[in-house]
Amino acid sequence: MTEPTEETETAEPETPAEPAQEPVAVEEPMEPVALEAAAPEPAAAVEEATPPAAKPPPAVPSRRPLVKRHHGLVRLTHWANALALLGLIASGLQIYMGFPHFGDRGHRYFPNPWDGKPFPLQVRLGGWLAGGLNWHFALAWPFVLSGLFYLGYLVFSGEWRSLLFRPRDVPRAWQMQLYYLRLRREHPPQGKHNALQKMAYTSIVLLGALSALTGFAIYKPTELSWLTALFGGYQLARYWHFWAVWIFVAFTLVHVTLVFVVDPASLRAMITGWYRGRFPSHD
Amino acid sequence: MTDDRSFDRRDLLRLGLTAGVASLATACGWQGGPLLPALQGASRLNDWVGEKVFLSNHHLATQYPVTARTPESAFPVYAISRPALPQLTDPAGWALEVGGLVRRPVRLTLEMIQALPKVRYTVKHHCVEGWSAIATWTGAPLSSVVAMVEPTEKAQYLRFDSFDNGYSNGWDLTSAMHPQTILAYAFNDHPLGPAHGAPLRLYSPVKLGYKLTKYLTKVTFTSERHGGYWEDKGYPWLGGV
Repeated sequence: MTEPTEETETAEPETPAEPAQEPVAVEEPMEPVALEAAAPEPAAAVEEATPPAAKPPPAVPSRRPLVKRHHGLVRLTHWANALALLGLIASGLQIYMGFPHFGDRGHRYFPNPWDGKPFPLQVRLGGWLAGGLNWHFALAWPFVLSGLFYLGYLVFSGEWRSLLFRPRDVPRAWQMQLYYLRLRREHPPQGKHNALQKMAYTSIVLLGALSALTGFAIYKPTELSWLTALFGGYQLARYWHFWAVWIFVAFTLVHVTLVFVVDPASLRAMITGWYRGRFPSHD
Repeated sequence: MTDDRSFDRRDLLRLGLTAGVASLATACGWQGGPLLPALQGASRLNDWVGEKVFLSNHHLATQYPVTARTPESAFPVYAISRPALPQLTDPAGWALEVGGLVRRPVRLTLEMIQALPKVRYTVKHHCVEGWSAIATWTGAPLSSVVAMVEPTEKAQYLRFDSFDNGYSNGWDLTSAMHPQTILAYAFNDHPLGPAHGAPLRLYSPVKLGYKLTKYLTKVTFTSERHGGYWEDKGYPWLGGV
């Protein structure tokens, strides 16, 4: 596949047979067309803008414009974070086996469906406790650093506006939920992300922060005793750290399912940055 | 659904296969193979950060009331000599040898150590496995022994040896000088028993349990970093908490 370079947004690499026609329609009104792509009949909009003489042959379906959706830093940190998280969870499950309980010695342990239970070898990383620890403490760096780079990018680029879930998004999230439950017919209008996505992407950043902070609280419970105390002590910090894993796992399952069910084009956008899908790429 | 799929079923299958192979390669109890040296490097970086960033000799561990102590029957007992716990055949002949890169090497009997300034605290013990338990420890600050022997400028590390089947630990000088790092001779206000390292053990709330050498015989000041029993097998060297 020949991908366009990041400078030439209007290139149309997948239809080299008719080089002049589609780019003409797309070249100038880049953003309006991108926004109209979310309308029920985007094909009509493209045809309207196309001079009749340059109309493509009817056998070739008109396509949505290819637009830049994700900055390189977002894509890099997304995949770095995904890999680091995979390794952190696998090595974390190995570490868990060292003492598969939560609570001080001599006290009742906190409720945990996996209390005293081992995790299968297939999901563990490190082979033994020391191996799991070394993987975990090594991968904590890319996890935290990619998280900080990502947040830094959002702040400096202003991209946070299309991602941060705010009070005004509450009714919109409700409408979106109704749509998913088929209690509302038409897809609510949205910008780059719908309100439920904003809720998910805001929460997952908070969950990442919770994981990192509880991680530090467990790593240095004496030297960072103030942080450990904030989470209710060493054993409770371990407990929250462990539960964050299952929220991450649940998030990832839903996240990946929705990519394929709702917007498969978004996978390509997260890999190459370029998007040819049904939703706008700007608010 | 969309009318144009940038990713078709074949792509989905390919992605699934790649992800499956990748996750199999990362998990399955894999230790790291060719990545092991890099992991050890990261561990050394974490040791450095642990000592230079997190460790402060002005920050003392939280102390608990004696009523918060873990019942002694629930406080785990660890030694690498098994099944019998390490015990001295001639307790009266025991003494701690403190030497290496020092100006005044000494041989300290238990009475001499008990005559040094006394530190007593009730703190939480953190094991690398993830368990924690509270106990009271009494002993002489290691810093007072350091002051007694006068280490040379070349002394950067300490090495602690034991009569537990060759068990030993290497330490950084900073943690050794922490005011709560002690040579402990009492556990929960009674003399240390063979279960917890009699006659003398190293104790500090700023280190994980495996760094706290029991059944002490020797303290040596070195210029080279000594590993230790578990450290040489791959456990983090600093073990700071």
